[in-house]
Amino acid sequence: MKLILEQMPVVIGALNTGFIQTLKLFFVTLLGAFPLGLLIAFGSMSRFKPLSLVTKLVVWVVRGTPLMIQLLIIYYFPGLVLNNPVWGGGEAGRFLAASVAFIINYACYFSEIYRGGIQGVPVGQEEAGLVLGMTRGQIFRKVKLLQMIKRIVPPMSNEIITLVKDTALARIIALQEIIFAGQSFLKGSHGISGAIWPLFFTAFYYLVFNGVLTLLLGRLEKKLDYFR
Amino acid sequence: MPVLEVENICKTFEDTDVLKSISLSLEKGQVLSIIGSSGSGKTTLLRCLNFLERPDAGVIRVNGETLFDAEAAGKTAGFPFSRRFGAQREADVRRRRLHFGLVFQSFNLFPQYTALENVMLARKLLAAGQPDYKARKKEILGQIREQAEELLDQMGLSNRMGNYPHQLSGGQCQRVAIARALALQPDILCFDEPTSALDPELTGEVLKVIRELADQNTTMIIVTHEMAFARDVANRVVFMDDGMVVEQGDPGEVFGNPREERTKQFLMRYSGA
Ligand SMILES: Nc1ncnc2c1ncn2[C@@H]1O[C@H](COP(=O)(O)OP(=O)(O)OP(=O)(O)O)[C@@H](O)[C@H]1O
Ligand SMILES: [Mg+2]
Repeated sequence: MKLILEQMPVVIGALNTGFIQTLKLFFVTLLGAFPLGLLIAFGSMSRFKPLSLVTKLVVWVVRGTPLMIQLLIIYYFPGLVLNNPVWGGGEAGRFLAASVAFIINYACYFSEIYRGGIQGVPVGQEEAGLVLGMTRGQIFRKVKLLQMIKRIVPPMSNEIITLVKDTALARIIALQEIIFAGQSFLKGSHGISGAIWPLFFTAFYYLVFNGVLTLLLGRLEKKLDYFR
Repeated sequence: MPVLEVENICKTFEDTDVLKSISLSLEKGQVLSIIGSSGSGKTTLLRCLNFLERPDAGVIRVNGETLFDAEAAGKTAGFPFSRRFGAQREADVRRRRLHFGLVFQSFNLFPQYTALENVMLARKLLAAGQPDYKARKKEILGQIREQAEELLDQMGLSNRMGNYPHQLSGGQCQRVAIARALALQPDILCFDEPTSALDPELTGEVLKVIRELADQNTTMIIVTHEMAFARDVANRVVFMDDGMVVEQGDPGEVFGNPREERTKQFLMRYSGA
């Protein structure tokens, strides 16, 4: 017990650093995947058949393979196969590679959610607007947008919470996010070795982060509850 | 001069000829009922009049002005279906559309707006495009609100103005939809089976307000399966079958003494059911 108390500040310090890296990856992924997902959604709904087929194929492959493998391929492929290590070395390079992998992966999931939201608004809404002399832009902004958002928020919340947990996968390319920090004590770092309890602490970080997110997203959902 | 003249409207979906050269005319203040079996093209005709479908051939004229002509070339060729246009053309497209109003079978109210907001929205957006809008904003919005409240009051919904569509019954929703269409003061108000989506006990309240509109000489085209109502409210009845106008005339004549065999059979099926 005394040992744990002595180790505590070191562990928490390391976990906090890892947690910041996790947060960074989380926000960068969202920032990239929100707009990219929308682009992919438009691509897959395009009336230009080749474009919609290609985007659908990409989405199918990305959603049908494990993110962990995508991470490894994106990180190692340029250096090992193309002899062109685009990611650069060190932690910054690993973070860049992880960000790219996460953004592509999540954009594909988001695109399906956007598509459901966009196509879920009945055509009658657009037609009612047209008959009332609204322009297509007005119909989009004043009639359809909020209905789409309402349809998008619940499945998007699920994906966002999954993303928090998925950030742990970045450990596979040795990005020093929170799992990495927790795990390192098993093998011994900062003079601490064979200690499993930091891992429980790590789980606790995830739990708190997800708790806060669930609360915020739940509020947003509630805000849109006034209509059906 | 008739308010509406429709000449030889044709419409084909893939391989089926849904409208085969439909011609109609309607005088101001009159009510035209369209009856006919399922699939005869009634909805498609109303959608063509409201520019939701582009006729393959034909002319649509309102008050003598040609709003649509399938043969027209040059600048007005795509009217009013062009998707991309400058502000000037956009204004013109709207102006053409607004001669008509359409009440849908499924209401299509905007769920995120209250009854009152549903009625005001289109007027507000139109007003915002006026040159003097900025200077007279308060006054204009006040007028729009007043008009919307009056219309909802007329529909018997004065105590429902703040309700969202999901808080209203089907009959109330349809009456909001009628007020919403009336707010733009269309020359011709079209109804596509306005009571077909309603529980039987709610049809009466909707038919009642339509009848009141008829009494106020609102020019209307009503597609309906309510034969008694069609006979009662209309000045003229059109019977459609297989994309054609088979018979038209005075309601008493068409219902009481139909000339065509197909009309007889159709009416028999209805009185039998
Ligand atoms: N967008 C479309 N694409 C292909 N066919 C269509 C389309 N819209 C309508 N049709 C066809 O056109 C025909 C006429 O349809 P319409 O809806 O105008 O009939 P209706 O007289 O309104 O029938 P109902 O009484 O059932 O409402 C039907 O055979 C229908 O299947
Ligand atoms: Mg129909």
